[in-house]
Amino acid sequence: MSRSNQRSEDDKRRARSLSTRVRSMLHLLSERTIVSLIFICGVSAVIFVFGIFFFVFREGAPFLRHGFDAGGFFLSADWFPTSVINKRYGILAQLAGTGTVTLVAMLVAVPFSLGTAVFIAEFCGRKTKEVLKILVEFLAAIPSVVWGFIGLMVMNPLIVKLTGAPVGLNVLNAGIIVGLMSVPIIVTIAEDAIRAVPDAYIEAAEALGATRWQLVRKVVLPAAKSGLLAAVLLGVGRAVGETMAVLMCTGHSINIPFDGTPPYFHVLDSVRTLTATIAAEMGEAPRLEAGPDGAYPVEAKHYQALFVIGIVLFVITFTINVTADLIVKGIRKGK
Amino acid sequence: MAKFAQWTVTCLTAVGLAAGLSGCRGKDAPQDTQIVISNSGSDTMVNLAQMWAEDYRKVRPDVSVEVAGGGSGVGIRDLMQGIVGIANASRDMEESEKQQVKQNTGKEPVEWIVGYDALAVYVHKDNPVDSLTLEQLAAIYAEDGTTENWSQLGIDIVAAGGKDEIVRVSRQNSSGTYAYFREVVLAKKDFKPGSRDMSGSKDVVELVGKTLGAIGYSGMGYATGAVKFVRLSAGEGKPAYAPSVENVAAGTYPLARSLLMYTLGEPEGAVKEYLEWILSPAGQDIVTKSGYIPVSAVGK
Repeated sequence: MSRSNQRSEDDKRRARSLSTRVRSMLHLLSERTIVSLIFICGVSAVIFVFGIFFFVFREGAPFLRHGFDAGGFFLSADWFPTSVINKRYGILAQLAGTGTVTLVAMLVAVPFSLGTAVFIAEFCGRKTKEVLKILVEFLAAIPSVVWGFIGLMVMNPLIVKLTGAPVGLNVLNAGIIVGLMSVPIIVTIAEDAIRAVPDAYIEAAEALGATRWQLVRKVVLPAAKSGLLAAVLLGVGRAVGETMAVLMCTGHSINIPFDGTPPYFHVLDSVRTLTATIAAEMGEAPRLEAGPDGAYPVEAKHYQALFVIGIVLFVITFTINVTADLIVKGIRKGK
Repeated sequence: MAKFAQWTVTCLTAVGLAAGLSGCRGKDAPQDTQIVISNSGSDTMVNLAQMWAEDYRKVRPDVSVEVAGGGSGVGIRDLMQGIVGIANASRDMEESEKQQVKQNTGKEPVEWIVGYDALAVYVHKDNPVDSLTLEQLAAIYAEDGTTENWSQLGIDIVAAGGKDEIVRVSRQNSSGTYAYFREVVLAKKDFKPGSRDMSGSKDVVELVGKTLGAIGYSGMGYATGAVKFVRLSAGEGKPAYAPSVENVAAGTYPLARSLLMYTLGEPEGAVKEYLEWILSPAGQDIVTKSGYIPVSAVGK
C-alpha cells in the first residue's frame, strides 16, 4: 500500500468520524425538537380547553356581574333580547328544546347503535363486518348541514303526511336526524367495548351451552356495561352540541313542548335549542364596550347573554363527561 | 448525510413554494388595483344588491362590488366597524345606532333611499283567507294577541284539509323585516313566543308554501307559486289592498317601506358613482326586475 493511499484512507476515516459526530448532533437536536413538539401537542388540548373557557367566560361575565337574575334566566321562557319595550332573557324554552331533542335522539340512537355494535362485534361474518364498519364511518362523514337539509326537505313533508302535524319541523324531526347523526360515534365506541370483553368469558359461556342470544344478553352486554355507558354519554354530548341540523329541523320556535294535557310531552311541537339560538343570533348581536362609568349599554346584553348560554352549554357537556368518567371508574372499582 | 439532504430538499421546497405563492400574488397584482366596494346588510335586499353588483361590472369593469347579506343589523354593524363602505337596510337606522356610528368612526351616517318594498303577508295558496286588517295581524302575532286559530278569523281551513291552528312564521330577532313588522304592525310590542323564526326572507316563503295553516311576512319580491298575498287594510271597514307597485305608489298599501343604503359621511369617488348609478334609470330598472318598486314610482 503506498503512502498516498494510506493518507487518503486516514482522510476518509476522519471525514467519516466527523460526519458521524454531525449526524449524532443532528440526531440529538431532532430528538429534542420532536420531543418538545409532541409535548406541545399533548399540552395544547389543555391550553385550548382553558383558552376557550376563559374567552367564553370573559365575554359572558358582564351579564352575570351586572344585575343577573338567575330565576328569570333559567326559569322563564321569555326570550326577547331585542325588544323595544321590555328586553327579557329567559332560556327555559331553549333548555327544554335541547333536552327534548336530545331525549328523542337517544331513544332513536341507543337501540339502533347498540344493536349495530352487537351485530358487528358478535354476529356477522368478517366481510360483512368490514363493509358495515366502513359504512357506519361514512355516516359520520356526512356534514351536518346535509343532515339538516334531509330533515327540511324529506322528513318535513313526511311527518306532515304521516302524523297530520301542522308543521313537520319539530322535536320528532330533529330528534330522528340528530339520533342518526350520533349513531356512528356510539357504534364505534360500543363496538370497541364489546370487543374488549375477554374471550375467556365468551368461551366459558359457549362451553356451558349458551345460545348466541343468551351469550350476548347475559355475558357480553353486562361485561361491556361501562364502555357502553360511556358510548351513550358521548352520543348525548354529540346531540347536545349539534347546531346546524337542529337549527334547520326544529322549526326554531320559542316553545316548551310540555303542558298539562295528555300526552303531556308533545313531540310534534316546534322548539328551539341553546346551540341554534347562539348560531342564529350571534352574527347580529353587537359586542359593545362598557362606558367610562363601567356600565354597559343595554344593547350589549344580547351578546353577553348568548355567551352565558355558551357557558351553560359548556357546563352541561362538562357534567356529562365527568359523570361518564365517574360511572366508568365506579364500575371498575366495583369489579 | 441522507437526512441532511432531506432537510435541504424540504427547505428548498418550502422556499420554492413561498416564491411560487408570491409569484401568484404578483400575477394577481393588476386585479389588486381594481376598486372594491364592499356592501352588506339587509337580507331583503341581498338579491337586489347582487343584481346591481353584477350589472355594474358591465358598466364599470374596473370596479367590483362585493355583496353579503346577514340582516340589516349586520350591515349597520359592519359599517360601524369600517368593514363595508355601504350598508343595506330595510329599516331606518335607530338613534342609538347613529350615535354608535358617530362614536366609532367620527362620521355621520348618510341615508339613501334606493327603492321601495311592500312587506307582504303570505299564506299558503290553498288558504281561503283573502284579506286581513292590521289589528287582526297584530292579534295573531303580538304577545298579548288572542288569535290562535283560523276559525277566530272566520276562516274554515279544516275544509281545505288543514289544521285550525295558525302556524306563525316570523324572522330571527335581529332582522330588519322583523323590526319593521314589530314597529308598524305590533306598535313596538313584542312577538308572541312560539312563532317559527326563520333566518332568511326566502325561508319564510318556503315554509309557508309547504304549510297549509301558516302565515308569514317577507319582502314582496320573494313570492312563489306555492303562496299567495293577503290583501291588507289599515283598519276595520277600510278597503284592503294587495302589495303591488301601483298600491305602494298610490300610498294605499299599509306596509310599504323604503329600501335604504347607508354610507359613512357623504360618499366620494367610486362609492358615490355607484350610488348615482343605482339611482339612475339603469339601476332603477333592476329594482323593478327584482320585484321591488323604483324610487321614481312613489310620488313624494
